[in-house]
Amino acid sequence: MEFTIYNHQDTRSGFGAGLAELGKTNPKVVALCADLIGSLKMDEFVKNHPERFFQVGISEANMIGMAAGLTIGGFIPFTGTFANFSTGRVYDQIRQSVAYSEKNVKICASHAGLTLGEDGATHQILEDIGLMKMLPGMTVIVPCDYNQTKAATIAIADFEGPVYLRFGRPKVPNFTPEDRPFVIGKADLLKEGSDVSIFATGHLVWKAIEAIALLEAEGINAELINIHTIKPLDDEAILASANKTRCVVTAEEHQQNGGLGDSIAQLLGRKLPLPIEMIAVQDIFGQSGTPEQLLAEYGLESVDIVAAAKRAISRK
Amino acid sequence: MNDISQLQAVATQVRRDIVRMVHACQSGHPGGSLGCTDLLVALYFNHMRIDPASFTMDGKGEDLFFLSNGHISPLFYSVLARCGYFPVEELKTFRCIHSRLQGHPATMEGLPGIRVASGSLGQGLSVAIGAAWAKKLNGDKHLVYVLMGDGEQQEGQIWEAVLHAGARGLDNLIAIIDYNGQQIDGPVDKVMPLGDLKAKYEAFGWSVITLDGNQMESVVETLQLASVYAGKGAPQLLLMKTEMGQGVDFMMGTHKWHGSAPNDVQKDAALAQLEETLGDY
Repeated sequence: MEFTIYNHQDTRSGFGAGLAELGKTNPKVVALCADLIGSLKMDEFVKNHPERFFQVGISEANMIGMAAGLTIGGFIPFTGTFANFSTGRVYDQIRQSVAYSEKNVKICASHAGLTLGEDGATHQILEDIGLMKMLPGMTVIVPCDYNQTKAATIAIADFEGPVYLRFGRPKVPNFTPEDRPFVIGKADLLKEGSDVSIFATGHLVWKAIEAIALLEAEGINAELINIHTIKPLDDEAILASANKTRCVVTAEEHQQNGGLGDSIAQLLGRKLPLPIEMIAVQDIFGQSGTPEQLLAEYGLESVDIVAAAKRAISRK
Repeated sequence: MNDISQLQAVATQVRRDIVRMVHACQSGHPGGSLGCTDLLVALYFNHMRIDPASFTMDGKGEDLFFLSNGHISPLFYSVLARCGYFPVEELKTFRCIHSRLQGHPATMEGLPGIRVASGSLGQGLSVAIGAAWAKKLNGDKHLVYVLMGDGEQQEGQIWEAVLHAGARGLDNLIAIIDYNGQQIDGPVDKVMPLGDLKAKYEAFGWSVITLDGNQMESVVETLQLASVYAGKGAPQLLLMKTEMGQGVDFMMGTHKWHGSAPNDVQKDAALAQLEETLGDY
């Protein structure tokens, strides 16, 4: 098993690059931002397409409503702000004006999770996946690195319906091949294995790659699947893998309640009850610190995934 | 339809529809519906350039209307049906299970004439702003109208949207406030006074026209005036004084009929005051 790290880049830059490309290729794409152009890496779109960009100021509720209205004229709006302000702050606006109204809005959210770092818990939303996946008709996508975020950004423009696209702040290994197609709802098998299935999403995919190398050194052959689309979940791929390995680990930068692990546990409970261990935040708010310190503090490191894999195997 | 007496006749029938719809399902919001009847009849039967027979979501080449205070859905449904968006017979399904006429307007059931769900207050102005920008981007000179409640002005999102439209000079947008002075818990002036709304909107860069929303002539003339002012650099607000329950004497001058249905006796008393002008559904 080998993964090539092409470079270290932030996933938000992948979003910015994808949006810039959409600006050139799709005249229906418009963008809105709530005073965070630089943070969301939307600069190039803003520069090249000022007529299709809306600076709304610090008015997230208005931004979501405006995006819903723009779809009525046939446009494909991409809204940009931090994940906290993209979801929790505007939940009812998304619920009524976007999801219930079946509007083709792409809610693009940066600085998700603990790896936002030093700004602390006010900005480190760990509940957004749960909030968004509960809304009927909402698609929830959490890409793992720069290349995948860029590909996902481009893919959602061609998909009809509301989408929540979650990405982050820190520079992380960029290992997805640039030409790898992004298929919404289709899990990415990264490594085949036989002893345990690891399902990871977002920044935790790279942590899981580190974990499977550590497991291999101990003679444990783990399967790793990147679940970049949390809703709709790729039930078929998950069940096939779990059926083969007979135990499961999930890994995500989110609360355990409402996250990826919760979705997979539901699926296994209904279709294939098997031991499951979840790497996620345990019903607690974050705090200030560096991204790496925080991932370690809340048990989201590769060594934590290794320990969870061993626990899952021991429960077979 | 340009004749004022004809528009008034439509309004009378719409008021009958409202009373009968709310009575039939014993729920809904008659007070505000009756108060805004003249405005919606003027918009849909006289003023807006629309094509009810072939509804499209994007409404290209048409004026658009958004109802932000979605609880006055009986009025919205009656006007949409009476001007041809869907069969008038369907009004009898209001608030019934599996109906396209949900308690608050929704798009999911595919009811022609509805472009966004509303009911949770404060959101319609933002949606209308987005739709107005889309008109500009598409080079479509038609206008976007949005009706809000007065109590609704207490929502924070309204003021985000008011700031945006004023600051950006969004001049193809015409917002209307139903200023009936009543909300669920009592008079607006007691629940949470709005102060001088005209001055507030003007301070945010809007042009404001005040009018009597229950005089058909005044409504029609004001809408014409607003069309003339459109495209001149500022969004417009029509601050529309109305009487909640207008047309049914015992429903006027109180907030009691905001969200209550009449019983059989009250329904008959109300209908006795509203002549059947177009034929009941």
